[in-house]
Amino acid sequence: MHRVALAGPADFSGWRDAARRLARQGVDPADVAWMVDGEADLFGALDPPIATLPEGPAFAVPRGFLELAETAILHVDPERFALLYRMLCRLKTDHDALEDRVDPLVTRLGRLAKAVYRDIHKMHAFVRFRSVATEAGECFVAWFEPEHHIVEAAAPFFVRRFASMRWSILTPERCAHWDGSVLRFSDGVDRGAAPDEDKLEALWCDYYAAIFNPARLKPQAMRSEMPKKYWRNLPEASLIDSLIRSAATRSAEMVQHAPSAPNRSPQRGRAAPAPTAPAGSLEALRLEAADCRRCPLFADATQTVFGEGPADAAIVFVGEQPGDQEDLAGRPFVGPAGQVFDVALQEAGIDRGAVYVTNAVKHFKFVPRGRRRLHQKPNMGEIKACRWWLEQELVLLRPRLVVALGVTALTGLRGTAAPLASVRGQALTLADGTPLIATVHPSFLLRLPDEKEKAREAARFLEDLRRVAALAKAA
Amino acid sequence: MNLREKLTILADAAKYDASCASSGSDRKHAAPGPDGKGGIGSTEGMGICHSYAPDGRCISLLKILLTNACSFDCLYCVNRASSNVPRARFTVAEVVKLTLDFYRRNYIEGLFLSSGILRDPDYTMEQVVAVARSLRVEHGFRGYIHLKTIPEASEALITEAGLHADRLSINIELPTETALKALAPEKSVPSIRRTMGRLRLKLDEAKSEQHLKHAPRFAPAGQSTQMIVGADAATDRSILDLSANLYGSYGLKRVYYSAFSPIPDASRKLPPAAPPLLREHRLYQADWLLRFYGFSADEIGGASGMLDLDIDPKLAWALGHRDRFPVDLNRAGRETMLRVPGLGAKTVDRLIVARRHRTLRREDLGRLRLPLGKILPFVELGDHRPTRLLDSDRLAAMLRPRPAQIELPF
Repeated sequence: MHRVALAGPADFSGWRDAARRLARQGVDPADVAWMVDGEADLFGALDPPIATLPEGPAFAVPRGFLELAETAILHVDPERFALLYRMLCRLKTDHDALEDRVDPLVTRLGRLAKAVYRDIHKMHAFVRFRSVATEAGECFVAWFEPEHHIVEAAAPFFVRRFASMRWSILTPERCAHWDGSVLRFSDGVDRGAAPDEDKLEALWCDYYAAIFNPARLKPQAMRSEMPKKYWRNLPEASLIDSLIRSAATRSAEMVQHAPSAPNRSPQRGRAAPAPTAPAGSLEALRLEAADCRRCPLFADATQTVFGEGPADAAIVFVGEQPGDQEDLAGRPFVGPAGQVFDVALQEAGIDRGAVYVTNAVKHFKFVPRGRRRLHQKPNMGEIKACRWWLEQELVLLRPRLVVALGVTALTGLRGTAAPLASVRGQALTLADGTPLIATVHPSFLLRLPDEKEKAREAARFLEDLRRVAALAKAA
Repeated sequence: MNLREKLTILADAAKYDASCASSGSDRKHAAPGPDGKGGIGSTEGMGICHSYAPDGRCISLLKILLTNACSFDCLYCVNRASSNVPRARFTVAEVVKLTLDFYRRNYIEGLFLSSGILRDPDYTMEQVVAVARSLRVEHGFRGYIHLKTIPEASEALITEAGLHADRLSINIELPTETALKALAPEKSVPSIRRTMGRLRLKLDEAKSEQHLKHAPRFAPAGQSTQMIVGADAATDRSILDLSANLYGSYGLKRVYYSAFSPIPDASRKLPPAAPPLLREHRLYQADWLLRFYGFSADEIGGASGMLDLDIDPKLAWALGHRDRFPVDLNRAGRETMLRVPGLGAKTVDRLIVARRHRTLRREDLGRLRLPLGKILPFVELGDHRPTRLLDSDRLAAMLRPRPAQIELPF
């Protein structure tokens, strides 16, 4: 039998050194007794120290085991050292044994680690500092009673958070102290060593009472997250009983209370002045379209994305509908397809600032998928409903040339559907005689998977835009 | 009015906002830098609940209004213009000091600041931003800050709010536009949506540039919203449809559901009633199914448009789709396993790793302390087949909670 005496209840490095030597020698877990210094004396003379064991061949353990062991070893369960050693011996022969996460030993160790994490988390949550005036200035002191051996593991959090304060956390087993530059630990103390009040606690209790909603009483839910064992060190917990007792009466009063007359001198605000524009202008049309409900698409979209560009633009480009980015920004052609469009325009020698861009349908049609939205093609009804705006835009703009980008735009402009291939590049006209050119929508180029085809289609698109530039000049 | 009275009024005025999250931000800490000087405050990813009130809600942030004076008359709100509740107003300096004093004593993770609408949106937003600015710039505060965003506020103020805050939120308030018009006449859905859209664009921009050294910071914990449940006639289905839309459109971190709760001095047009807490709970469960379990709103909305209050929405779905079961836990894919009642996402991942090492049996599930009564009728294991039970008419009855014993006065 090997007896290992560890320096303290949370002596991870002592456990690791001993466990490593024992495991390398292949010592059976049943032949090792683990104890914390002090306990060892009860068993009389020790065996030869572990350090005299010859080092056996080294073996590697997965990183996850070290994390598990460092945490689980802080548990108060007296079997933790032996359980971890058993796991270590198993890992020696089966490197992936920790992955069998329903195995009894793995689940048991997992549960120990979880309890320790929870205890650390609760310490981070429930420590309550009290301000104390000292010769060196203000110092913050807390009294806390952790369940496991976690003070040293929990302390660095307080350093990261309260670096500019001087503080001490006192517990029955270990105390942590921070003086603004060095973290120090000392032996445990009695509760009496900690201050028993802070003038701010009255204010904190007022807050606690006021934030509680008596109409939603759920004391069980509170207790599961803030078990009673913590209450005696939480100043606000002294209010719990009375808040629970009065809750039913308070909420019944709110329900039964006869409504009073409305406040006779309510706060008054300034509503932002409604934007206005000269009647018959593009701007006026844009404002009108902002409230469009001519088809159901408005309900799911963010906003109407109206056309954009100078009122005297010679060329009007009509796209399909706004996409995700356009819907968020409220402006047409600002997303990925808009960027393709901008580059092509520039190459064709067309100044984007001098043309008017708009869409056949002015709300984004989509279905939500998790954190994204999938574009949906507008149907005939939606296109027709939206012609109302497109036609008025064209009447006000009276462009020299209209360009339909894609088949939806073409449908919106002409009122009937036709395959794009049959009319692309032809000299078409709108009902009022305005020349019309049809080409693809720039998003078509984005969707092509084959690079060669993409290059070919981009060149065709550019060719179409060059014709547009030439026609606009000639007109 | 002294500080205690103000705090009581302005915390009471803020408690109907359900959000208290302090998680998911970037990592900041106050440990001494090269100059040897430490600051105050940290955020480390996981939020901390510093206390719990007897309503079961976590207290993580100092959740207050800057003022409860408000020119809006939202009928469901305790602070509406026509209410007779006492009014109070903090100064910027008072909120800053209170936050730091509470923070130093480890009562809170930070501040959640909202406000009634005074004068106009920009004036109000400027006051809210001034608090965050003072905390961050003057006091080097690195704790968590959540700011309520006023929909019509100017671009510059929203940008500055995002620079200082960890999270921003705008409440959508009600599930339908009709209800919002009726109950909150000064608010507008388009204006709320437009601002959520603006926030999303800024959040995306900050995220795409975060690898750059001097990239602008913008609300690293994202945006969230809240919907009041039970103040209008909207169905659960329409609520979930709206949530799916908001998650997809604006990348929200969370949609909070807040059961319409009685308030002091309620409006006569919207009489108070006990809050529908169970309905709220089912909506949260359904929301989880939307976000983490691959369900869509039309699958869980229920035939009547309302979620079953007796059983959780996943169990309700499974009972309605018995042809999809039993699921073989030793072979099924993750997506399929996520649809098994009683199995959470973490458990599913755990089982998938473990089954590479063994054939899963009943005792293995038992060791994980899972709700076997709910799971076993729907799964196959190395030593378990539930076929007869699945076909039984009695299965639904077995899984529904038993009616509570009627207690007679003695």
